[in-house]
Amino acid sequence: MAFYDGVFDSLGLRSWCDAGANDGPMTMAQLLQKKSGVTPEVAATQSTPLMDTPFPSLDSLHEACNSIPRTRDMTEAVELSFLSIKDPLKAVLDPITQPLSWALDGTMNLFEATPWFIMIPALLLLTWFAARSLGIVLLVAASFLFLGFIDHYTYAIQTLSIIFVCTMISVAIGVPIGIAMARNDTFQRINIPLLDMLQTLPTFVYLIPLIFLFSVTESKLYGIAIILYAVVPVIRLTDLGIRLVDRDVIEAADAFGMTDRQKLFGVQIPLALPNIMAGVNQTIMMSLAMVVIASLVSAPGLGVLVLRGIRNLELGVGLVSGFGIVLLAVLLDRCTKAALNRINVSTKAGS
Amino acid sequence: MTPTAPTMPATDPARVKVAIRNLYKIFGPDPQTALTLVREGMGKNELLDHHNHTLGLNDINVDIREGEITVIMGLSGSGKSTLIRHLNRLIEPTAGEVLLDGENVLTYGPADLRRLRQEKMSMVFQKFALLPHRTVLQNAGMSRRIRGEDQDTADREGGKWLDRVGLAGVEAQYPHQLSGGMQQRVGIARALASDSDIMLMDEAFSALDPLIRSDMQGLLLELQKDLHKTIVFITHDLDEALRLADHLVILKDGFVVQQGEPQHILLYPSDPYIEAFVGEINRARVLRVRSIMQRCPDVPPAFSGVVSPDATLEELIEMSGGNTECCYNVQQDGADLGILDMQHLVRALVPARPGEDKLAAQ
Ligand SMILES: Nc1ncnc2c1ncn2[C@@H]1O[C@H](COP(=O)(O)OP(=O)(O)OP(=O)(O)O)[C@@H](O)[C@H]1O
Ligand SMILES: [Mg+2]
Repeated sequence: MAFYDGVFDSLGLRSWCDAGANDGPMTMAQLLQKKSGVTPEVAATQSTPLMDTPFPSLDSLHEACNSIPRTRDMTEAVELSFLSIKDPLKAVLDPITQPLSWALDGTMNLFEATPWFIMIPALLLLTWFAARSLGIVLLVAASFLFLGFIDHYTYAIQTLSIIFVCTMISVAIGVPIGIAMARNDTFQRINIPLLDMLQTLPTFVYLIPLIFLFSVTESKLYGIAIILYAVVPVIRLTDLGIRLVDRDVIEAADAFGMTDRQKLFGVQIPLALPNIMAGVNQTIMMSLAMVVIASLVSAPGLGVLVLRGIRNLELGVGLVSGFGIVLLAVLLDRCTKAALNRINVSTKAGS
Repeated sequence: MTPTAPTMPATDPARVKVAIRNLYKIFGPDPQTALTLVREGMGKNELLDHHNHTLGLNDINVDIREGEITVIMGLSGSGKSTLIRHLNRLIEPTAGEVLLDGENVLTYGPADLRRLRQEKMSMVFQKFALLPHRTVLQNAGMSRRIRGEDQDTADREGGKWLDRVGLAGVEAQYPHQLSGGMQQRVGIARALASDSDIMLMDEAFSALDPLIRSDMQGLLLELQKDLHKTIVFITHDLDEALRLADHLVILKDGFVVQQGEPQHILLYPSDPYIEAFVGEINRARVLRVRSIMQRCPDVPPAFSGVVSPDATLEELIEMSGGNTECCYNVQQDGADLGILDMQHLVRALVPARPGEDKLAAQ
């Protein structure tokens, strides 16, 4: 006798219940009982004390009524429905996302093919143009020489190339979305829960549907995971930045007859730039966090070493490569913050 | 006995540049329903308390004449900013018309409206509203760039007007590097550089300290002497209004309480609200001889001297040395305009109060 038998009897649903076949896999409860040595038959004959009233979950309701699906049926249905849309989805997404694979692979090849004695000066030059600070250039130089010295240069460059591509794409996608959100309240209301979800979803959960959709050998798999995760701050801060532009200045732009376009490119974006750059900084930091996790799905770089450290209990390998990641994070953060400060000075808000 | 207004001397009326006709603005979710109530006579407070709509403007009719400074004055919340923003349609009215050179601005499509704002009306703002990421020169030439003119023209025009407002030498600086007064000079240069006939100034000098403010008023008057723009100037300060206005419009709770020649309003306030306003003012300094002079009697009295009609009463008191026996001949370019005896002058110095008869008490 299952606990909820009476409920279905009194509702007159017994015949509907018994029509359901009971030949699926065992329920969780059955599995547990089997382990504890009590057969279901014995358990059923014992009357359940009130204190042990089971939660009316799918499994326990199923015991009383076969027509109600079990939790396992439910997860199976999710899986099946996902599998059934997989092919059409893949047919659409595959070509769209193919350029991402090319970009990731191409940049990675380029970065790896460039000899270190060209790559490092190029990076230093880039740092100088972004930050205009000798201190930061020296920090970058020291860090890369150190990473090279301990034979982590290639891994670091791989990680850097992934971050480079993913940040570029995140900005290219995120800024227009942010602008659209700033201009349209409805669009903003729709998007905010979506962004919240992307940001709160545990990073591993992203990977699950992606693994189904794309093959693990394709670089776009981790590219998408990183971009989905890292694009959020640049969208949010673009939206915020444009909404925060001084209303008096916008009014002046209107009063002098600016077109929407002139207003967007001549006033709103330049004045929102400090916020947008803050978003880019966060985007870079988040792609760095994600690139480590993405090494689970074959993203190359320092993350692979961290993973090796965990898998093989090679403590030293894990720690040193972890330190390399921290170093990269510090460099990227310093660089973007310095660039941000430069913008802040030249567009000093406040009329 | 309240003083009755004498018929104003018919000065040649300048052409009406902008005419505001029966303009209503109601803020709230359902302005049309509220409009019916307002037309039936409901006031601002009742509308807000019972219907949750704000009455911004209530049946405004104002003629803004070409080449004059029209000052709109009123306390905070009286609807001044709302009114001026209807002229270039930064705010859409609930009902009414705004006629620019006889054309209803409210029928304009987006392109016409943009041309109106680019070429016909420029604006100066209380908080300057300069573009903080552009240099002073770029700010001054902004309107030219918006119109699609090239950078050289914009720089030339911007530079010319920066010179004119006394800002030569700071072209390459950014607005935040300038003081408030200088920033507002940039604001004025920016408005002038657009070469528009009409300039809208929303409390343009209110954010400045008194001395700078007086400087800026001087600058505006001096520019106006050469340029003859049609200026709509908003202020909540009566001294400023009296100094600048050719035509003064006084707003209260969204409707026009009184409008006319400022001296006339000062002498013949039509409403206790305005009396309270004008009671605070130093009348000797703002009233002019022409506003209170009398017609020349058939037998002219002995004159102690000749004054210009534009002299202030303060100047005349100084001239007479405080002697109330004196009587002056008002002349302009040698022509007799009237007489002014000092006793009459002294009486005009005291604002008329209802229920009090100064002339009889004498
Ligand atoms: N967007 C708006 N929504 C609702 N009410 C508004 C809006 N703009 C103005 N108002 C109301 O309209 C009235 C007139 O406002 P307005 O800004 O024109 O006053 P003002 O005379 O310019 O005052 P101030 O001297 O403070 O600038 C006020 O009661 C104000 O609360
Ligand atoms: Mg205002």
